[in-house]
Amino acid sequence: MSKLMLGNQAVARGLYEAGVDVVSSYPGTPSTEITEVVSKYDEIHSEWAPNEKVAAEVAIGASIGGARSFCAMKHVGLNVAADPLFTASYTGVNGGFVIAVADDPGMHSSQNEQDSRHYAIASKVAMVEPSDSGECKEFTKMAYDLSEKFDTPVILRLSTRVSHSQSIVEECDRIPHDIGTYEKNAQKYVMMPAYAKPKHIMVEERTQKLREYAEVCPFNKIVWGSTDIGVITSGISYQYAREALGDRASYLKLGLINPMPEKLIKDFASKVKKLYVIEELDDVIETHCRKLGLDPVGKDFFKWIGEYSQSYIREKIFGEKDEYVSYSENVPVRPPVMCAGCPHRGVFYVLKKLGVMVSGDIGCYTLGAVAPLAAIDTTVCMGASVSGLHGFNLARKGEYEGKAVAVIGDSTFIHSGITGLINIAYNATNSTVIVLDNSITGMTGHQNNPANGFNIKGEPATAVDLEALAHAVGIERVRVVDPNDLAETEKVIREELEAKAPSLIITRRPCALLKSVKHNPPVKVDADKCRSCKACMKIGCPAISMSTKKAKIDDTLCVGCGLCEQMCRFDAIH
Amino acid sequence: MTRSIMIVGVGGQGTLLASRIIGNVLLSQGYDVKMSEVHGMSQRGGSVVTYVKYGDEVFSPVIEKGQADLIIAFEALEAARYVEYLKKGGRIVMNTQEIEPMPVITGAAEYPANIVENIRACGCDVVAIDALSLAKEAGTARAVNVVLMGVVSKSTDFGEDVWIKALEECVPPKVIDVNKKAFALGRSIE
Ligand SMILES: Cc1ncc(C[n+]2csc(CCOP(=O)(O)OP(=O)(O)O)c2C)c(N)n1
Repeated sequence: MSKLMLGNQAVARGLYEAGVDVVSSYPGTPSTEITEVVSKYDEIHSEWAPNEKVAAEVAIGASIGGARSFCAMKHVGLNVAADPLFTASYTGVNGGFVIAVADDPGMHSSQNEQDSRHYAIASKVAMVEPSDSGECKEFTKMAYDLSEKFDTPVILRLSTRVSHSQSIVEECDRIPHDIGTYEKNAQKYVMMPAYAKPKHIMVEERTQKLREYAEVCPFNKIVWGSTDIGVITSGISYQYAREALGDRASYLKLGLINPMPEKLIKDFASKVKKLYVIEELDDVIETHCRKLGLDPVGKDFFKWIGEYSQSYIREKIFGEKDEYVSYSENVPVRPPVMCAGCPHRGVFYVLKKLGVMVSGDIGCYTLGAVAPLAAIDTTVCMGASVSGLHGFNLARKGEYEGKAVAVIGDSTFIHSGITGLINIAYNATNSTVIVLDNSITGMTGHQNNPANGFNIKGEPATAVDLEALAHAVGIERVRVVDPNDLAETEKVIREELEAKAPSLIITRRPCALLKSVKHNPPVKVDADKCRSCKACMKIGCPAISMSTKKAKIDDTLCVGCGLCEQMCRFDAIH
Repeated sequence: MTRSIMIVGVGGQGTLLASRIIGNVLLSQGYDVKMSEVHGMSQRGGSVVTYVKYGDEVFSPVIEKGQADLIIAFEALEAARYVEYLKKGGRIVMNTQEIEPMPVITGAAEYPANIVENIRACGCDVVAIDALSLAKEAGTARAVNVVLMGVVSKSTDFGEDVWIKALEECVPPKVIDVNKKAFALGRSIE
């Protein structure tokens, strides 16, 4: 049956059809839906791991145990999972092992624009890249055969436009996979120097064999059009180029992007008049071509930054532009905002009021960096709020003690905040860490996590006791507060800032978008009492506006969290 | 030939359901279809865009300035934001509802006046309707998306039955009646 599917859905379907047994992932846009869809297949064990390193190691263990295994992550997730990846390259696999990594050119929802193809080159594993949903499914299945045939982990490289666009996919049946028997094999799986040295030789030989395979493999294909222009490309860039240039060019579309073929590329290059390499982000294919002695038009001509598109390519190559109607009026921007009723809002209001330095992290609460709250000073990577605060306090030698905090979400704290907290306790800075516990992984669209008591299927699961955890690592001062109670939140934060010991504050209230959360009726403004002082506007709630000179509350958005009531000094909101 | 439709609105307005309905209609008519949407940050009350492209063979899933045959705008400011994506002489079906973005709420910017007139002045074929009122009339403010599908359905070559079938495939049986009513109200707009 043919269906419209997201690229991510199609990967999940591919996993199902390939007989994959074990999937362990950590969410991250644009990769998250793969594992969410997998969780609907009862034939596959699926789980949310605490972070990408754990997910990859679970999948490696499952592969050694004979299963076909998988993990998915966003591009920066592979930084976290890089350690197991580099050595799994040496051990190779038992059951096939595939890692999906989704890049985000254009940074639709990411903190950087890194190109994960470098990881395949550096760790010497095979990497394949589909360009639409149909290929997402087929390449996923073929990746398992590749993994088992060449005894290598395989990285499936996706990007936002492939993961999050839908196209037509044919569904097939699942072919169950036999996990066989387990046999101990220290030479293969114990990577200490004596066993790793011969393994490195194996890795180089494997790369050589993969190179030969790249010349003939079904992942790579040529589409002939005019030979005036030849384009070497892969992934979504192929789709853009096809639309832009049509049959005015010929295309060598690479699906196996590490290692790349030599003869295939040279042959193609010899048959076209002018050779272009069209690839988003870094010059990976181009560099390979240059090593082969070719001189394609590449990054001197095309941009290094952001997404490509059909218009961009057509204009660059042919100088042709689409005409469009021009609208000259001013259009105010519409940035994402914290939702009405978001439990993070109260915390950031208090932090702004206190004027403290806020070492920030990644999640919905990163929106605490934008106006009107604008409370956050830093955001680097997951977990960096906690460890970074310790470093900041060391640098300022006590100057900021009592004037700086870290803020980190519950999922992010479990991901990599806890190690930073251990460091604070162990290496003793008087640091104040706030865990914004909204009982869910919010930013990526509501995934359960080890701190909220539910597993990926929504079944009850063991929950981390954050208070006990903090005590166990040596933090004696642990406080829990409801962030929708502004006075109490302010009091607790002040006390912990003043205390002469490190502390952990847990602001606890579930995300207002969770189905399990009961809302209060919307509040209303008494226009007679409203003095237009705009105090209620300071919390940046999307439900409150002043278009009528008096405060006005949008009752389709308001969930009655009561924050604005607490802000109003004239008793005008109820 | 590839035809291109854009659906634009504000996170939370139900643009994704609209794109699913259109996708199912096109699939049932045997077209090659590609749709593209951006998830993540943009869902938090930000500006949201879905691209739908169909034809014999579709390559790029994205639509750029000057390439859309039709824009369906769920909100007035979003109509203005994306009108440049329309082909010369293209059509825009827009809901006149206004949702203030944060810069307007905080007073850093003003919500522009006369959006419909300004878009019309660009030479576009504008169908402006108050879809929110019609949705409420049908029984729920949340059916704005389906009202707009009703409006759009009239100017397509696909029969009403094809649309209704797609609607039934995409909304839960519990709310199908309200949605059918919303669709009919949208379709009745001249
Ligand atoms: C290494 C890495 N993995 C995944 C992500 C994607 N990501 C961004 S924020 C986030 C989790 C946010 O959840 P939480 O900390 O609970 O905060 P909330 O969004 O619920 O406020 C994830 C998974 C990332 N940015 N970096």
